[in-house]
Amino acid sequence: MAELTKIRAKMDGNTADIKVLITHIMETGQRKDAKTGQIIPAHFIQNVTAALNGKTVLSAEWSVAIAKNPFLGFKAKGAKTGDKIVISWEDNKGNKDTAEETIK
Amino acid sequence: MNPLRRTTLKSTIALAALAGLLPARVFAAEWNKAAFEAKNVAEALKGLGLGATADSKDIIIKAPEIAESGSNVQIEVTSNIPGTQSITILAEKNPSPLTAVFELSNGAEGYISTRIKMSQTSNVRAIVKAGGKLYTAAREVKVTIGGCGG
Repeated sequence: MAELTKIRAKMDGNTADIKVLITHIMETGQRKDAKTGQIIPAHFIQNVTAALNGKTVLSAEWSVAIAKNPFLGFKAKGAKTGDKIVISWEDNKGNKDTAEETIK
Repeated sequence: MNPLRRTTLKSTIALAALAGLLPARVFAAEWNKAAFEAKNVAEALKGLGLGATADSKDIIIKAPEIAESGSNVQIEVTSNIPGTQSITILAEKNPSPLTAVFELSNGAEGYISTRIKMSQTSNVRAIVKAGGKLYTAAREVKVTIGGCGG
């Protein structure tokens, strides 16, 4: 299976610049199926966490209004090349994923 | 059920939480349903337990002036307020305004970049918690085609 969560982490001075791209439908629960006229149930990521060398640096709660195939960028001070960044998420249906990347 | 046992259990759990013995984060249970499903800004803030906010020029929201499509609006929030602990983003006129809450810790800077959906032209509001105080800033994004329905 293709990776659901892609991470890019690069040092910029003494700050790590981290970019995350997740493959997810982020269905709002407000759209109707064109054929059946039925509301398409909401399906979206609710919780996202980021850990740097095992320490939580970011902990997020999302609504249905985060765009499809979510993008998240954040910065962590005091990181260094070779440090490990781990991103985990879980959606409202209990699907989850965890990805790991080394800071370059 | 023995009420005393219940109370004792509760206090034990509270104590364990205080002592940091419980895992810091339990997924899913943490999602603030009341705040995220609130239909207006005031209710969303109430759901989050956020009180009065002070306008701040130290919060910079980078967003397009006009978004062709509301289904994908790039938003960047930078907080230059020292000790920024969290950044909350609301799209004020969305059916449910609360869009995201980002808690920052252990060296994470006051910066978040993401893409959001907007149903119509509206203020995008950021609320920053720093040193236990709340600060806010807003920026209008004009939306040509809404991105929430379909």
